[in-house]
Amino acid sequence: MSAAEATTFGRMETEFRAKREAGRKLLVPYVTGGLTGWQQAIRAAADAGADAIEIGLPFSDPVMDGPVIQEASQRALEAGININIIFDEARELDVEIPLSVMCYYNTIHHAGHERFAHLLKAAGIVAAIVPDLPLEESGLWCAAADAEGIETVMLAAPTAPDSRLPLIAARARGFLYSVGLLGVTGERSSLAASATTLAARLKAVTDVPVLVGVGVSNAAQAREAVQVADGVVQGASVVKRLMDHGPEAVGDYVAEVRAAITL
Amino acid sequence: MAEPSAEGRFGEFGGRYVPETLVPACQELEAAFREAWSDPSFVAELNQLLREYAGRPSIITECHNLGRQLGLRLLLKREDLNHTGSHKINNVLGQALLAKRMGKTRLVAETGAGQHGVASATAAALMGMSCKVYMGAVDVERQALNVFRMRLLGSEVEAVHSGSRTLKDAVNDAMRDWVANVDDSHYCLGSVMGPHPYPWMVREFHRVVGIEANAQCKELLGRDPDVVVACVGGGSNAIGIFSGFVDTEARLVGVEPAGGAAVGRGVPGVVHGMRSYLMQDEYGQVQEAQSISAGLDYPGVGPEHSYLSSIGRADYPSVTDAEVIDAFQLMAKSEGIIPALESTHALAWIVREAPTLQGKVVLMNLSGRGDKDVDQMMEILK
Repeated sequence: MSAAEATTFGRMETEFRAKREAGRKLLVPYVTGGLTGWQQAIRAAADAGADAIEIGLPFSDPVMDGPVIQEASQRALEAGININIIFDEARELDVEIPLSVMCYYNTIHHAGHERFAHLLKAAGIVAAIVPDLPLEESGLWCAAADAEGIETVMLAAPTAPDSRLPLIAARARGFLYSVGLLGVTGERSSLAASATTLAARLKAVTDVPVLVGVGVSNAAQAREAVQVADGVVQGASVVKRLMDHGPEAVGDYVAEVRAAITL
Repeated sequence: MAEPSAEGRFGEFGGRYVPETLVPACQELEAAFREAWSDPSFVAELNQLLREYAGRPSIITECHNLGRQLGLRLLLKREDLNHTGSHKINNVLGQALLAKRMGKTRLVAETGAGQHGVASATAAALMGMSCKVYMGAVDVERQALNVFRMRLLGSEVEAVHSGSRTLKDAVNDAMRDWVANVDDSHYCLGSVMGPHPYPWMVREFHRVVGIEANAQCKELLGRDPDVVVACVGGGSNAIGIFSGFVDTEARLVGVEPAGGAAVGRGVPGVVHGMRSYLMQDEYGQVQEAQSISAGLDYPGVGPEHSYLSSIGRADYPSVTDAEVIDAFQLMAKSEGIIPALESTHALAWIVREAPTLQGKVVLMNLSGRGDKDVDQMMEILK
């Protein structure tokens, strides 16, 4: 990355790079927007040491998600949640850390690229992760996002050949999402070997912060992942605690992971 | 019919909107299909299977009784007479052969009515591959016979309980399975939908329907039919027969169920890897289709149909469940043929439009047989 480009980092990437520089491993919990207690869960996570939050926008057909996040999405949709409600409530959050959304592409496509980017900005959200929008299809969204200063996090998967990784890294803003395994989101009994392998391959080709997500299921696995990666995304393990035990349990869990990844 | 663009687009429809994990798999599949499809030995092997296993070419039957009643000439392309009872076998044999050539040992498939699932299970049995079929729990209920068939053929059938528990959710779970097992598994998608290269590849495997029908009409009529009609869910049987007539003067009509009229509503969206017309609410949440026929119970449509509609080359009217129930009985009683409820949508449109089709030659794709539907119809007609 050239010096000229380096001055244009968005808020999330700027903060992530600075924290990495200071020796801190990055922790991004995922919370399904609109789920009962979601705002309290985010505040608890922020207080417990999260570096950013990924707000999941519920979608009817979440193909990258396993049973836990599918259920969370369905619950939110059945409760009548929509993006207007989530964005209104996100604006009330008043946390110190950057907020991002994880949403499927049709949510953006239907709203309109420019309009959606504007809605995010107005809600105080700085980044977007779109798991079904690969590099080749990302042009229209990225242009609209760039224009509003929204950082688009790109995903890289273990199936990518070496030649593809630098292309994805070059388009990544905020951080680079290193998909931990072949599969959908959800908890696994151990961290797949592919998680650290891919993170290492990415670290070799980019200085964008690399965070491992999908299949990082507990504090011990997070600790294992950050031996190589700059941080972790915690999805199903967070959402499950929110659904089963409420927002305080999310705070406790984030604190536990934070302690584990503080090397 | 033309190839899609390098990005897999038909006009502004199509593309490849898949999780990053699947991008290399789609690229690999595209390259493998392109290579195989231009290899005469692959094409010869597939043609031999179609001839000696599936029973192609399928015949054309003229419905003299119904034709007299309706005041038109009605020709049926008898895909219902193929092995496994529908056009689905054309695509499945092609994909299974290709998967084997790619070194895959396992097929994953989704199914609505069960016709594609049965065809996939059949091809897997024939070629010594394992097969897992995802089917919405609602469809498992209403198509119990096909569930048993698939299991009898050695496939695993998994009932999908998420979302609307129908075809769209079965596609989601099949895609999730593919994401997790992309190394050894091929996703044997059952319609002209999904990410590039599926809409193109599945069309190519079904073109045999149109090629045969065109030649058969030439022989029978000495000319092309006036109208070519087929039902449309994802749209594979329709694209198959349309492909033989898209370059003629024939009018092309794809009939959607009233409760699943993706083209009819005309709002584009992105789901299951493609940009196409899609039934969705004001926030882009995909809506549940409602149809008497499980095979058409799908809120989207193949991208090439969206394209044919957008350029005005094909029309996509819809018919109601009630019209389908009447047409189902009409064909049984008038012609001694029990059509699949899916295919019956095409007939229901012909019956309704008959006053405007007087004296015309109408070619209908009878894409499947109705044996699987008799239980359901018995309940409805009680």
